[in-house]
Amino acid sequence: MKEERFDAIVVGAGPSGNAAAYTMAKSGLKVLQLERGEYPGSKNVQGAILYSDALEKIIPDFREDAPLERHVVEQRIWMMDDTSHTGMHYRSEDFNEEKPNRYTIIRAQFDKWFSRRVREAGAIVLCETTVTELIRDTKGRVIGVRTDREGGVLLADVVVLGEGVNGLVGQRAGLREELKPKNVALAVKEMHFLPQETIEQRFGLKGDEGVVIEAMGTITKGMTGTGFLYTNRESISVGIGCLVEDFANSGVTPYGLLDTFKHHPSIRPLLAGAEVKEYAAHLIPEGGFRAMPEIFGEGWVTVGDAAHLVNAVHREGSNLAMTSGRIAGETIVYLKRRREPCTAEYLKEYRKRLEDSFVLKDMRKYKDIPDLLHGSRQLLDLYPRMMSKAAQVWFRVDGKDKRAKEKEIIGSLRRQRGIAGLVGDVVRVARAWR
Amino acid sequence: MGTEAANGGKIEEKLFQNRYQVDSGRPHVKIREHDKPSETLMKLTNICPAGCYTVDDKGRVEVVPDGCMECGTCRILTAESGELEWNYPRGGYGVLFKFG
Repeated sequence: MKEERFDAIVVGAGPSGNAAAYTMAKSGLKVLQLERGEYPGSKNVQGAILYSDALEKIIPDFREDAPLERHVVEQRIWMMDDTSHTGMHYRSEDFNEEKPNRYTIIRAQFDKWFSRRVREAGAIVLCETTVTELIRDTKGRVIGVRTDREGGVLLADVVVLGEGVNGLVGQRAGLREELKPKNVALAVKEMHFLPQETIEQRFGLKGDEGVVIEAMGTITKGMTGTGFLYTNRESISVGIGCLVEDFANSGVTPYGLLDTFKHHPSIRPLLAGAEVKEYAAHLIPEGGFRAMPEIFGEGWVTVGDAAHLVNAVHREGSNLAMTSGRIAGETIVYLKRRREPCTAEYLKEYRKRLEDSFVLKDMRKYKDIPDLLHGSRQLLDLYPRMMSKAAQVWFRVDGKDKRAKEKEIIGSLRRQRGIAGLVGDVVRVARAWR
Repeated sequence: MGTEAANGGKIEEKLFQNRYQVDSGRPHVKIREHDKPSETLMKLTNICPAGCYTVDDKGRVEVVPDGCMECGTCRILTAESGELEWNYPRGGYGVLFKFG
């Protein structure tokens, strides 16, 4: 393979790399994809939610044989203090549709399936191969990669970097700066197995219906982060993540935080009796638009987590990954057909197309949110506590008159945050959200 | 459950569920030799989600990356100081997530 030259080399077989490799191979390009894991998915971790729209645009009939767990009919957002949760639940029969909008998935299985489709489309997928560096020509243009295999030099017209958040290849080649501890979250999660019927009873589900819970509040001990619980067919994914900088400053261990979350009185009964079969950890790029690196250059493009494409507000990432991979692939196919070279001048078309898609529109919309959360810890700690307190005062019947209860609630808001603080928070959130 | 208990010796139990292909004799994370660990190195003993970092009997921080999940947290925290030599394991080695 040493002398063989490819139209494109894709580094990584996660959602972004697979989307890029599939798109290019399907259009007849000669594609080589390199994955360091034993099988695609063996190094990959996600909650995980699959967003149908992003995948449908790549593989319209994916529902026929993709390993899907449950389609989501209910979303719960919980604000938690140490003994309570205040929830916003949205459940709708409308989500029981012919082509459901969101599914829970198990990444190791899903990624294997996606990779099979990539191979069927004509790409060569080489596993157990770690890319060690990019190869450049005398003008500095990327022309291939070096791997840890013997004689491991591989050449291509363009290299697509879908190497994930902890992407050493692009970072060491100077294509992007080192990640900052305030811009990445460390998340840990466990897989809890329970009989299918038990899960359906506990969450009031029938058939393939599923529930997802996103949680915030004192569960993160003052750190910026969230917890989650997703129902799979016969397992529950439960996890929690906080900014690396916050973990480093607090000294809280990630597994200790997860155990405390699991023992919360609102979470514990949902997991009771389960058998834990895996514990995983992964970084999530949470710095938003301002933390994004350049995503194209001379002979290379970056997609997915490696390009910092995560919408932290909506907890979306895999759809941004798949869409950026698809658009990068389409751009390269377009350039090939026009016989244009994959230089920065032409690859900037990828950036342009991504700007026109929801990916960079959403990244831009929430560009100020990471800084907001950084400077306003009360949003994730004080407010959930105050809300719980208020709910308790309101719902507990104890002979106190209702006007006195109202006064108590408003008085507590004033005392703990002050009118100026409250107004300031509203203005700051509104401004960052706009 | 107190923080002590939560931070205590449970990590081995969690990692026991995982699948690894350890590249014996070729650790993919190494610590620069030191007499007294920096503040950052000490932080790794808490933040590493696999508990790979411990303090030895001479007060130095040591790493045994057999249970490493390759998240990269320690790499990012020490990027500036250069106290770690961090590479991905050779192809096929390291953690093998069954579910991910």
